[in-house]
Amino acid sequence: MIFDVEHETMPREELEKLQLLRLQNVVARVYENVPFYRKKLDERGVKPEHIQKLSDVALLPFTEKQDLRNHYPFGMFAVSRENIVRIHSSSGTTGKATVVGYTKRDIKNWGLMIARSLAAAGATTGDFVHNAYGYGLFTGGLGIHNGVEELGATVIPISGGGTRRQAMLLRDFGATVLTCTPSYALHLYDAAKEMGIDIKELPLRIGIFGAEPWTDSMRNDIENKLGITAIDIYGLSEIMGPGVAIECARVKKGLHIQEDHFLAEIIDPETGDPMPAGEVGELVFTTLTKEGIPLLRYRTRDLSRLNTAPCRCGRTTARMERVTGRSDDMLIIRGVNVFPSQIETILLETDGLTPHYQLIVNRQGTLDTLEVRVEIDEAVFSDQIKNLQRLETKIEKNIKEFLGVTAKVKLVEPKGIERSEGKAKRIIDMRKPQA
Amino acid sequence: MKADQLSIFLENRAGRLAEVTRILSESGVNIRALSLADTSDFGILRLIVSDFDKAKDNLKAGGFTVGRTTVVAVEVPDHPGGLHSILEMLRNAKINVEYMYAFVQQSGSHAVIIFRFDRTDQAIELLQQHGINMIPGDKLYKM
Repeated sequence: MIFDVEHETMPREELEKLQLLRLQNVVARVYENVPFYRKKLDERGVKPEHIQKLSDVALLPFTEKQDLRNHYPFGMFAVSRENIVRIHSSSGTTGKATVVGYTKRDIKNWGLMIARSLAAAGATTGDFVHNAYGYGLFTGGLGIHNGVEELGATVIPISGGGTRRQAMLLRDFGATVLTCTPSYALHLYDAAKEMGIDIKELPLRIGIFGAEPWTDSMRNDIENKLGITAIDIYGLSEIMGPGVAIECARVKKGLHIQEDHFLAEIIDPETGDPMPAGEVGELVFTTLTKEGIPLLRYRTRDLSRLNTAPCRCGRTTARMERVTGRSDDMLIIRGVNVFPSQIETILLETDGLTPHYQLIVNRQGTLDTLEVRVEIDEAVFSDQIKNLQRLETKIEKNIKEFLGVTAKVKLVEPKGIERSEGKAKRIIDMRKPQA
Repeated sequence: MKADQLSIFLENRAGRLAEVTRILSESGVNIRALSLADTSDFGILRLIVSDFDKAKDNLKAGGFTVGRTTVVAVEVPDHPGGLHSILEMLRNAKINVEYMYAFVQQSGSHAVIIFRFDRTDQAIELLQQHGINMIPGDKLYKM
């Protein structure tokens, strides 16, 4: 089903006209209201009236995640605080999180985007949605929640964790749609099986999964085990949250971008130049309708390509290919973004440990695991086992508290961490060969 | 009455202990007593050596994290109840033994036990009051 026939099937020429109008509007708004953008545009000698055609977007400056951090918490907002009705935030150590704000209209638009997404995945008003994305500052839980209500289906706000209970309620309530990370879906399947519940036998028929990279082989695995159609959803809190793009259940080849709300570009991550049509590069978004925190050319670091050919499902919106990688070293662990630099900060803040560390990411069964190897130095060394174990526990606790991920800390000898050309190899991601 | 113990961090994998003994052997340092505490991931090797500074410098140069820990070498009567009487007086004074291990050589008719106390100075005072003999570091290293 297509939820918003007008916008989702608009002839491309008309859609692009609408995008241009909205682009001119957003550039004028940020020039007027966000000192950061006024300065950037002035530096480039660009005025809002210089935006005459869609390709003029290339005149605009990029926005990086660091820009949001530099203006922590509310410095990038384009409206006064009274007009913000909700705050969300991505993970980060103290002072390093990126904070986003939504106006009443932003929340409404976001809900409509999720409603479109649910419909594209095959859900309708009669569906029961078991929403296992975390509720809170993370955009996943509340984002999906609003959209389910917007669609008129029933939402079960189960949030994350308590897997055995989730399996029980999945059976007892008879949910027909599951929303969570793909790895959690498999974890839930295993837990249910141990309790003698076979999810395949339940009414569940659709899974909408996102917030971490996954592959087609993982999709097949999920579909076979759970007996459902598994749909990929894409989003990021800086741009909106989940629902920026969604796969259609009909074709399942690329994710439809909500192009009336976002202008997508593919650039060369090295030079910043636009890539030729259809080539793989870094995905960049400009928010066209967002009021709370509109962003120009936000660099997602996600690698993808765009396809503007009409889709057999009837939608005319461009499709982005499933994200195949990242242009930087950000790790996504169980749906949580983790930067090595954040681990470094935590180590420095924990008894002044030297930041010689290595992150080992693996997948145990269906869940991502993170091991942090830390080189021990004289300043924190002790002749007593209990003190060193206490140190490990303290680091684990800080990582959990600041980043929201569970890590196993392992102390190693100095120089115990592999170095190539003097530069420590910071990340070993063992999940990759399975992809 | 105190003695210096060398504490060395070891990853729990094959060959690490041998690397320590290789460095000590090449430095001409003799091991007088040792104890190894371990977990599944790492261990701490505690050594009393003939030349503390030399051992420490060479192990550090070899890439090990080493520390200096103050311990006490106590002469324990070599008969049933000998160690017990000492632990009893420590318990009464509420002094905690973090760990202990035996010294290789005897001191006359006494066994020698290396103690790591939570309150070293109080422990030494207490043992002295009870007439228990302790072996100072410089003598211990050359025993």
